[in-house]
Amino acid sequence: MTTLALDGLSVRYGPVDAVRGLSLEVKPGEIVGLIGPNGAGKSSTLHAIMGAAPLAGGTVTLGGRSLSGRSSEDVARAGIALVPEGRRIFAELTVEENLRLGLAARRTPANGDALEPAFELFPVLRDFRRRSAGALSGGQQQQLAIGRALVAEPDVLLLDEPSLGLAPRIVDIVFDALAAIRERGLAVLLVEQRAQRTVALADRSHVLANGQLRLTLGPEDAGDTERLISAYLA
Amino acid sequence: MIVAVLNISWQTLADALSLGGIYALMAVGIGLVFGVLRLVNFAYGQLIMAGAYSIAYASVWGWPAWAGVLLCFGVVLALSMLMDWLVFRPLRGHSPAVMLVATFAIAFLLQSIAVLAFGQLGTIASTIGPLNQPWDIGGVEIRKIAIVSIAVAAFCLVLLQLLLTRTSIGLHMRAAAMDFTTSRMLGVRANRVVGGAVLISGLLAAVSAFMLTGRNPQVTPIFGLDDTIIVLAGVVLGGLTRPIPATLGGFTIGFASGILGGALPTNQSQYLPSFLFGAVIVVLLLRPNGLFTRAAAVERL
Repeated sequence: MTTLALDGLSVRYGPVDAVRGLSLEVKPGEIVGLIGPNGAGKSSTLHAIMGAAPLAGGTVTLGGRSLSGRSSEDVARAGIALVPEGRRIFAELTVEENLRLGLAARRTPANGDALEPAFELFPVLRDFRRRSAGALSGGQQQQLAIGRALVAEPDVLLLDEPSLGLAPRIVDIVFDALAAIRERGLAVLLVEQRAQRTVALADRSHVLANGQLRLTLGPEDAGDTERLISAYLA
Repeated sequence: MIVAVLNISWQTLADALSLGGIYALMAVGIGLVFGVLRLVNFAYGQLIMAGAYSIAYASVWGWPAWAGVLLCFGVVLALSMLMDWLVFRPLRGHSPAVMLVATFAIAFLLQSIAVLAFGQLGTIASTIGPLNQPWDIGGVEIRKIAIVSIAVAAFCLVLLQLLLTRTSIGLHMRAAAMDFTTSRMLGVRANRVVGGAVLISGLLAAVSAFMLTGRNPQVTPIFGLDDTIIVLAGVVLGGLTRPIPATLGGFTIGFASGILGGALPTNQSQYLPSFLFGAVIVVLLLRPNGLFTRAAAVERL
């Protein structure tokens, strides 16, 4: 069982407490949402998991093994893939080269069809594989960023606001893809601003405010707009 | 045709091409390390100097030419790795200014060691001296070293291009040069990428040392210093962060240097650097991002 577990996670930037004592679990085949207003500590949580933000307290474990204090590259190679905010694709490289970069974190040697998982989920990437990634639309770049994370064959997928700046039709594609990724048995931790859609999709959604966990919602709460709003304003 | 119009001899043209080739290799050697470490290695010229001394002393000891070249590769690679271990690694992540001053310090240190150990006067690399003799090609006499340098530089650049575009370590190096943080989050090994860049950069320094020694077998403690300063201008001219623009910049300034050097009367050759750097200033005023870089790719939402 490769469950991602945060226990009492705290992140501090100088005098600012970005995350305070956050505990949560993401099991295989599960999507866990992390929602909340800007500056709530959602991205800091993901950065701390990836070893890119300083851990002021608490632990990060994957399948019981501690990841605290490990470098980003070690965390990636331990089986956690991040789809970063703003996508961070390499605009000057081709689509295929971007995907091949994702293979860097694989734990088993890549064979000839190692990029297939990305192409299966997002056929547009296969069609444009020779194109420079900078020439893709925003939605296609987001698909590339998710595809790049998947070819690493991770146990856990972290996504930082994958729907940011995308047209509604493209957001549908991204959220459908996340459901399909859950079907494949991955553990997914989804940081999002689109609270209602996230709550509807995720198995559990945690509302974060001021770096603290305020409330946990289930899919049945997606229609309860009032509860969502009050959680945000709490 | 152009040769006739500018009144440049074939010898000068071949010489300029060969200098362009050598400078292109040096430029890409400096550019690769800058790409992954954001560090301009001012001690690159002293690596070349060390390589040149290896060839010179090997010939003083009576070693055959190939053994001297082998020693040159060994010494330059060992020094590159040592620099990486002792200086670049501990300073990684520090401000560019700190790293810049550190490489200046290494440069002066190595040069001072050379002065103390080998003296100011210089040593002759006599075993590869015969490379200065001309080959007769269709009635035109061209120095052997010019032909050798052009061939070796072309071979190295093709090999390097294949490495950067066809292998995963090459892909990782290019990605790290563009965005190191994201590359590491994707699992790209920072130490492997930096070590690879330093290693290739060292190999290119050794090749350049051999070819520069072939052009000028008189090895002194300031051997390669002028060349490195001109190459640095060339790298900036082309664009520092990408291998191909850096290479083109190095080639351009080497070629221009060769042509100008041939065109200027011998008693005015001291003005050559002024012309070169004047041209660099003009180009950078007109194209601040470098001569061979495309406009920055537009980031899309």
